[in-house]
Amino acid sequence: MSQGIAKASNQSTTGALDAGPHAERLSNLLSAKRANCNREIGLDLFRDMTLGRRFEDKCAEMYYRGKMFGFVHLYNGQEAVSTGVIGAMKKKHDWFCSTYRDHVHALSAGVPAREVMSELFGKETGCSKGRGGSMHLFSKEHHLLGGYAFIGEGIPVALGAAFTSRYKKDALNDKSSDSVTAAFFGDGTCNNGQFFECLNMAQLWKLPIIFVVENNKWAIGMAHDRATSDPEIWRKAQAFGMKGEEVDGMDVLAVRGATERALQRARSGEGPTLLECLTYRFRGHSLADPDELREEKEKEFWSKRDPLKKLEKDLIESSLATKEELKAIEKEIDAEVIDSVEFALSAPDPNPEELNKYIWAEKD
Amino acid sequence: MAGTLLFNALREAIDEEMAKDSRVCVMGEDVGQYGGSYKVTKDLYEKYGELRVLDTPIAENSFTGMAVGAAMTGLRPIVEGMNMGFLLLAFNQISNNMGMLRYTSGGNFTIPTVVRGPGGVGRQLGAEHSQRLEAYFHAVPGIKIVACSTPTNAKGLMKAAIRDDNPVLFFEHVLLYNLNEELPKGDYICALDQADLVRKGKDITILTYSRMRHHCLKAISQLEIDGIDAELIDLISLKPFDMETIAKSIKKTHRVIIVEECMKTGGIGAELISLITEQCFDDLDSPPVRLSSQDIPTPYNGKLENLTIIQPHQIVDTAKKILNKGI
Ligand SMILES: Cc1ncc(C[n+]2csc(CCOP(=O)(O)OP(=O)(O)O)c2C)c(N)n1
Ligand SMILES: [Mg+2]
Repeated sequence: MSQGIAKASNQSTTGALDAGPHAERLSNLLSAKRANCNREIGLDLFRDMTLGRRFEDKCAEMYYRGKMFGFVHLYNGQEAVSTGVIGAMKKKHDWFCSTYRDHVHALSAGVPAREVMSELFGKETGCSKGRGGSMHLFSKEHHLLGGYAFIGEGIPVALGAAFTSRYKKDALNDKSSDSVTAAFFGDGTCNNGQFFECLNMAQLWKLPIIFVVENNKWAIGMAHDRATSDPEIWRKAQAFGMKGEEVDGMDVLAVRGATERALQRARSGEGPTLLECLTYRFRGHSLADPDELREEKEKEFWSKRDPLKKLEKDLIESSLATKEELKAIEKEIDAEVIDSVEFALSAPDPNPEELNKYIWAEKD
Repeated sequence: MAGTLLFNALREAIDEEMAKDSRVCVMGEDVGQYGGSYKVTKDLYEKYGELRVLDTPIAENSFTGMAVGAAMTGLRPIVEGMNMGFLLLAFNQISNNMGMLRYTSGGNFTIPTVVRGPGGVGRQLGAEHSQRLEAYFHAVPGIKIVACSTPTNAKGLMKAAIRDDNPVLFFEHVLLYNLNEELPKGDYICALDQADLVRKGKDITILTYSRMRHHCLKAISQLEIDGIDAELIDLISLKPFDMETIAKSIKKTHRVIIVEECMKTGGIGAELISLITEQCFDDLDSPPVRLSSQDIPTPYNGKLENLTIIQPHQIVDTAKKILNKGI
C-alpha cells in the first residue's frame, strides 16, 4: 500500500504500469537528497555526460563503417551513473573498475578521448596499446583498473584496490591514505557469487569501496525480474549489515548526492556502500544485438527520462546556464570526438615485432 | 642434526621477505590465527598483524581476485591455497587476471603475486585433494610455474617468487613438508627459471619435479647397483622449462625419461616431450619416454592409489629397458 501512496504522489508515473516493473520502481522511488550544484559543477557534469553520449554515438558509426571490431557495448542512457559517481570522486587518486561497457567510465576517469578511440581502433596509441580493445580499457595513470569482460571478475579486483587503501593506512601507517574505489557492474552480475563474496569481505573489513550497480533491467536478453529472487538489489546490502541505497540513475545530481554520502562513509572508515542506480540502456546490449525482446513502451518510458535532457532542463531552469552555452559545449565536444577519430585513424598499428611485449614485467 | 623442515623453510622465506618489504602480505583461508593448514605461516599473524596476514572467508575466486587488485595498486600479495585444488575456483582469476592482464592492459599494470599451496597425491586424501594443477594451469600465458622439492630450494625459490614482478604459481607437495635439511646460511635465492642438476650421469637423463625427485633418487641408487649411471634433473621451473640445461644433458646421454606425478594426458611431460622432440631430436638414440600418473581420479584405496602414481621400480625397469640391460 505504501507503494501505492508514493506512486499517487509522483507526477512521473505516467505510463509506468505499461512500461514494466523496472519503470514502476523508478516512478515509485522516493527521491533521496540530490547533490548541491553550482554553475561550475553543472557545466562539468554536462560536459562529461555529453562527451559520453557523443563518443558512443560515434563508436556506433565507426563500427558500422568497419573501423572497430569485436563486441562493442555502448553506454547510451546510463551517463548519469558514470558522471554522477566518478565526477564526485578524486581523479588520479580514487580508483575505478569497470566491465566490458567501459568506454564512458574511462572518459569520466579522465582517459583522453584520443586514447580511448585509438584503443577501439586497435592502435598503438590506445590506452591499452591496442592489445585490449573495447572490453579491456586500462589506464594506470588515470587509476582505471580496467574493463573486465567476464561477468563479476572486476568486483574482487576493485576490492583489492580498496584493500590496498586500508592496508596503507592501517598496516603501513600512512594516515593520508584515503582513496576509495568505485566498482561498476550490472544487474545481471548481482546474481554471481563474486558479488556476494565481495560484499561480505568489504563490510567485514570496512573497506573503502562503493559497489555501483547499474541496473538497466536487462542482462543481454534476460530481464532482471526473471533472474533474481528480489529485484531490489540495494536491499541485499542489509544481509551484510552494509549501507544500501537506491537512486534514480537517470538523474546525475541524485547519483552524485548518493555518491557523496558513500564517499563520506568510506573516507571516514565506516566502510562500503551498495548503490543501486535505476537506469536503462538506450541501445542493444552490444552493437551485434538485434534487440528484439524489449517492448516499445518500456523504451519510450525511459527515453523520456534521458539523463542528458534532464540535466539540461535543470541547468536552464535554475539559471545556471543558458541553452546557447550548452549548445556551445556540445559543439566543443563534437570537435573533441571528431579529433579523437582523426587521431585514431592516422595512428600507427602496434609493431608486429612487439607481439610478445607485455607478457612479462620489464626489469627496471 | 639441527636442520630445517621444508614447511619451516617456506615460513622463513616469507618471514624474511615480509620483514624486508612492508608491501608483502599473505592472504588465504586460515593463514592467520591458525597459522596455515600446513603451518607455513605459523606465528606470522602475531608478528605482522591481521592485515598483513589476512584470514579470508572461504571464497577462493574473490580473494584471489582481490590479491590481483591489491597487486595492481602497489602491494605484493602471497595467496595461499589451503589445498591447491581449491584454486580451481580461482581459475578465472589466475588465468584472466593474473596471467593475461598485464598483456591486455598493454603494460599498464604488473601483477606481483605468488600463489602457493600444497598439492599432489598424498596419503589417501581422495581425488579432489590429490590434484596436480600445474598441468591444468600450464597453458596460461604470463604466469611462471615452479615446484619446490627440498627445504633448500623451497626457501630460495619462495624468496625469488616473492621478489619477482610477475605472477608465480608455487607448488608445494603435501608429502614433502617434513623433509629435513641444513639450509645455506644467510640471504640466498634460487633462480625461478633454472633446473637443478641433482646428479650427474652419462647413460640416461631423467627429468622430474616435486616429490617424484625423491622416487627418482631411490630408482637411481638401484640403477647404480645395476651398472647404470643416470643423470637426474629436477625441472624446478615448469614454465618456462630450462631447455638449456635439458638439452645439454640429452646431448650427453642421448636418452631421456620424464617422471611426473601429473596425469599423462595434457601433462607437464606432454609439453616437455614435444619441446625435446623439436629441439633435441638429432641427439636422441631412443624415443623419449614418459612415466606419468594414470589418467584417472586418484582413488582412495591405498593400493589403488599406489598404482595410480609412478613407483621407483617402474623408473628402474624403464631405464633398463631403454638401455637394453634386461629387467
Ligand atoms: C562469466 C561470463 N558469463 C557470461 C558472459 C556473457 N555476458 C556478457 S554481458 C552479459 C549480461 C550482463 O548483464 P548485466 O550485468 O546486467 O550488465 P549490462 O550488460 O546490462 O551492463 C552476459 C551474460 C560473460 N561476459 N561473462
Ligand atoms: Mg543489465
